[in-house]
Parts: sequence; structure tokens; C-alpha cells
Amino acid sequence: MSTQTTPEARAQEWRGRFPTVNYLNADYGIKSWLLTKDHKRIGILYLISVTFFFAIGGAYAAAIRLELLTPLGDLMQSHTYNKVFTHHGIMMVFFFLIPSIPTTLGNFLVPMMIGAKDLAFPRINLLSWYIYMVGGALTFAALLFGGVDTGWTFYVPYSTNFSNTYVTLAGLGIFINGFSSILTGLNFIVTVHTMRAPGMTWFRLPLFIWSHYATSLVMILGTPVIAITILLLALERVAHVGIFDPALGGDPVLFQHMFWFYSHPAVYIMVLPGMGVISEIVATHTRKPIFGYSFVAFSSLAIAVFGFLVWGHHLFVSSQSVYAGMIFSLISFVVAIPSAVKVFNWTATMYKGSLSYDTPMLYAYAFIGLFTIGGMTGLFLAALGLDIHVHDTYFVVAHFHYVMVGGQVLAFLGGLHNWWPKMTGRMYPEGWARFAALVIFVGFNLTFFPQFLLGYMGMPRRYHAYPPGEPMWQVLHVMSTGGASILGIGLLIPGVYFIWSMRYGRFAPANPWPATGLEWRTPSPPPTENFAVTPVVTWEAYEYRPVEEMEVVGPGAPDAPAGGQHPANRGVETEEQP
Amino acid sequence: MSEHIVPRSTYYLVFGALIVLTAVTVAAANFDFGPMNDVVAMTIAVTKMMLVLLFFMHVRYSSRLIWVIVASMFFWLIILLLLTLTDYASRDWFGANVGGIMSR
Repeated sequence: MSTQTTPEARAQEWRGRFPTVNYLNADYGIKSWLLTKDHKRIGILYLISVTFFFAIGGAYAAAIRLELLTPLGDLMQSHTYNKVFTHHGIMMVFFFLIPSIPTTLGNFLVPMMIGAKDLAFPRINLLSWYIYMVGGALTFAALLFGGVDTGWTFYVPYSTNFSNTYVTLAGLGIFINGFSSILTGLNFIVTVHTMRAPGMTWFRLPLFIWSHYATSLVMILGTPVIAITILLLALERVAHVGIFDPALGGDPVLFQHMFWFYSHPAVYIMVLPGMGVISEIVATHTRKPIFGYSFVAFSSLAIAVFGFLVWGHHLFVSSQSVYAGMIFSLISFVVAIPSAVKVFNWTATMYKGSLSYDTPMLYAYAFIGLFTIGGMTGLFLAALGLDIHVHDTYFVVAHFHYVMVGGQVLAFLGGLHNWWPKMTGRMYPEGWARFAALVIFVGFNLTFFPQFLLGYMGMPRRYHAYPPGEPMWQVLHVMSTGGASILGIGLLIPGVYFIWSMRYGRFAPANPWPATGLEWRTPSPPPTENFAVTPVVTWEAYEYRPVEEMEVVGPGAPDAPAGGQHPANRGVETEEQP
Repeated sequence: MSEHIVPRSTYYLVFGALIVLTAVTVAAANFDFGPMNDVVAMTIAVTKMMLVLLFFMHVRYSSRLIWVIVASMFFWLIILLLLTLTDYASRDWFGANVGGIMSR
């Protein structure tokens, strides 16, 4: 970096580039990992376990798409198919989508972004990982013993009175896993309240922190309800306590109310952290402050609050009162407002920005477009009349996959690429990464866009066969299965090059993008205590300078001096690898 | 965290009150209060909950920030109950329970 030539700056740059002791090599051995209280190591533990469950869920997805390649149920029996889509849903929702970003990127970055040494309760943080693993192991055991066939929603009366599969064991695993969520949320809230560095005021917090704060609120307020609901389900199944069974004086629709009181906000647990990631990426890779910072910050809280008021839109055809349906429909439309605030503000941020085509930004572009499609089709489903037509069809499946995969998973991948240099101290191969992002984008759309058409034509979800007489249906299903294959390959590529880069990747400077966040003002990978000296924040969030200005006057004070390299100058430092 | 030292006698008193209220719950189950059944049961339950919250969980001695957080939890509970009741209260407004299987 030629703009800073003082000896001190050079020394700092050197230290930033080749840290001697960091959190990865501070201690060795399996015990140092399994008993660690370092939030960064726990983040890595979570990353490994979350990836494992994602792979399991992905394998079931492959089985589903393979079955639907042909109209007749010729690959597996209907009962097996019921188990396969149930396992896919349970693994993906409870053990990948909900924990993925908060427990990996969130664990790693929340303390660093606010200038803290660790989370407020490091032991509880480790405990949450163990709880997650126990819950995951129990549910996984239920799958191995013979599985569950209720769908991930566990609707009564089938799950209580009829299913003879491992409902209780799988439910127990999810029940236990909930505590992991609660502890993570609690940890984040206390950390953000009490451990911000001097000068890090609430409105200087990165939007990643705001979105994680909102997510944590949902985790703490919502998760106990699903825990109790599953407990009641198990009680009714095992001990025939009359909560949901009309014969015992219960009401099956009550289950749906209680289930969706958590599970709809859970959608926001999944996507809010992704939105935080996208805010960071968009600001960094357009070199502009986020347009309307406070609106984006409060829209996270608004989504968290409104998210709790809309669950009834899952019950439009479940004999719920039409008057309640009207209220829920109206509030569901309202949720679109804070979501749109985010999309418009990211777009406005990009306007006249120095747009980059680095991999994280590619994922951000994809997120904004795909989330918009996912969100807009959500409005179709929130409309009382139209929902009758598309309820429980592939339209719904396509809708939530656009939000979950097109939104959350792409944000997770974008965030992984953006902070991979910080987490591992190595750069990922940019060319391969851009290629993989493109493959994933194409594969994703080819998988799920045909499902909108299928659903609108009447293909129900959770069916393993469809009429062979409908020629268009099979064409669309073949497209979807083909797309899923491309998507699967696209997801394998980052898996390979991430592992490759840990050994062979280019050394990452302290601040490769360069970004203004505190996490970039410490070496890559960071030392165990994160910062040698507690940082003092004297600038607003995202005080970026445009590229042209930066080339003349340097990245500027907040643009992290240590080893800062703009993509344009990136070639300069590659020859300095040892 | 400022620790408030609560005399042991308070805990014994609260424990005793909880046991008594449990007995009252069981006793009340033997009488039919008609439409007041739910009200009686809920009153006893809420009283017990408040005793646990205020004394065992130390909310009574905690800062106002904690009170705000506890209040927000109640607000959330009210959302759960109120919006669920919009369904149950208005299900029969059409008279014939349109589309519904439940007519309780």
C-alpha cells in the first residue's frame, strides 16, 4: 500500500499481514477446541456442525427431486417419500437455517464488530453449541432409527394419534435444540447492551449488529412457545392429555396457532441475519454509507415485531375464523413495508456507488433480486382469496425457497466469502468463487422458478406422484430436478475451495476490501483477545470514501489503515507471500 | 450485578404460599363454578406465577430495565392469547361455523 509510508504504518501493516499468534494457533489439540470459550472458535465449531446438517438436508432434497423426475412414484413408496421430505424440512429448518448465520458469522463477528473481547457469557456460548449437538444427535438418531413422516410442521391429529414413527424423539431433539437458540440470543442481547467499545454508540453500530439484535429478540420471545408446543404434542401422544384432540376436549387448530406463533417469526430468525450480512456487503463493496441507516436499523426491529403478528396466514384454510383471517392477512401485508425499506435502501446505496463484482457482492446482488421475488410472492399468499387457490401447492414451496435459499443461504455464502479472510487468514480463489456464485444462481432459479408455475397449475406439495397426462408438469419437474443438480454442484465448489484455501490460499491482509468495521482493524486471523488495545470509535458507521477519492487521499481514517488494499491494488501485494 | 440478600424466611413463606395455592387449585377443581371455572383457575395460576417471578426470580429487587423486559414478555404473551382469541371468538359469527369443523 503506497499511500501510507510511515514506518509505524508499515510495521502495523506487517503485523496485520503476518500475525504470529492468533486464535487458531494459540492452542493446539482437540481438547483446546472442545473446551474453548473463545467466541471465534465456537463460531468455527458451529460452522462445521451446521455444514454437516446442511449436507444431510441436501441429500434428502436430492432424493425428493429425483423422485419427482418422473410422474409415477417409482423411486420410493409414498410412505418413504413422506419421511424424506420431513427429514429434509426438519434438518434444514431447525438445524441449518435457524442457527446458521447467528451461530457462525454472528458468534464470530458480534464481539469483534462492537470492539469487545468476547461475548458476555463465553461458557454459555459453548454450552449452546453442546445443546445444539445433543439436540441434533437426538433428531438425527430419530431419522436413522426409522424416521418421521409428519412433515416438519408436526400437524396434529396425524402426529399425535396416527403416525407410528419417531415423532417424540425427533420432537425431543428440536425441543432441546431450542435452548441453544435461546442462549445464543440472550448472549447477543447482553453483549450488545453492555460490551460496546468506547464511542460505539447505538447508531454507530454496524447494521449486522442491529439485525442480530432483532433476531435475538425473536429467538428469546418465540422459541419457548415452540418448545412448549412440542412438549404438549409429546404429552398428548404419550399420555393422551387432551390439548389438541377434540375427543379429549382439545382443538387441533390450537396446535397450528401455537406452532406458527414461533415458526413464522422463525422465518425472520432465518432471514434477518442474512439482511444484516447484505447490509455490510453492500456498503463495503459499493464504498458508500448505507442509505437511510436508521431506517434500515429500525426496519429490522419492525420485522421482528410484525413477524409475531402474522402467523394466522398459515391457517387460512384450516377452519380459522374468516374474521381472524382478515386481520392476519392485513398485518401480513404490513410486513412487506420494512422488508421493502431494506431492499429500496440497498438499491439506493448502490446508486452512484463504486460497484464491485467481488464474490460477496455477487451474492448480495442475487439476494436482493431473489428476496424481492420471494417477498412479493409472499404477498400473493397473504391475500385471503388467492391463498385458497395456491395453498399447500408448489407455489408455496417455491415462495419460501426463494426466501430461504435465495435469501438466507445466499447471504450466508456471501458472508462466508466476505469474512473468510478474517476467519482463516487466507483469501479464497476469486475466480472460482465468482464461477460458483454464478452456477448457484443459475441452478437455484432453474430449480425453483418452475415450481411457481407448477404450483399455480395445481401441483400439491408433499406428493410423490403427479398425473402423467399433464405433459407440462413433467417438463417443469425435469427442469427443477436439472436445476437442483446444478445447484448441488454449485454448492460443492465453495466447499472444495474453502478447504483448499485454508492451506494454499493467498495470505489475507488485515483488511482486504478495505472496510470500516472494527473487525477489520485487527490482524487476520485475529488474536484470541481480538484487539491488542480496546478500540475507541470516533467515526460513524460506514464512513466510506469512493474509489477515486481513496486513490488520491488514501482510504481515510476509518478505512482501517492496517494492510488496507482496494481490489484495484490487489495485485501489488501478492508477490509478498512468504 | 447487584446482589440483593433476601432473608430465608421470605423464601419459606413464598414456598408455603405456593403449596397452599396448589392445594387450592386441586380443591377448586372439585367445584363447578360454571363460566367462572377458567377465571378461578387462571387467578390462582397467575398469583402463583407472580410469586415465583417477584421473589424467586428476584424481579422485585431488580432494576427498571429488568421490569421493562419482563413487561415486554407479558406483552408478547398477550399477543399470543389475543390474536389466537380473535379466531376462537369470531369463528361462529356466520352462525353455521363456515368451513369449520369445530363448533365448541
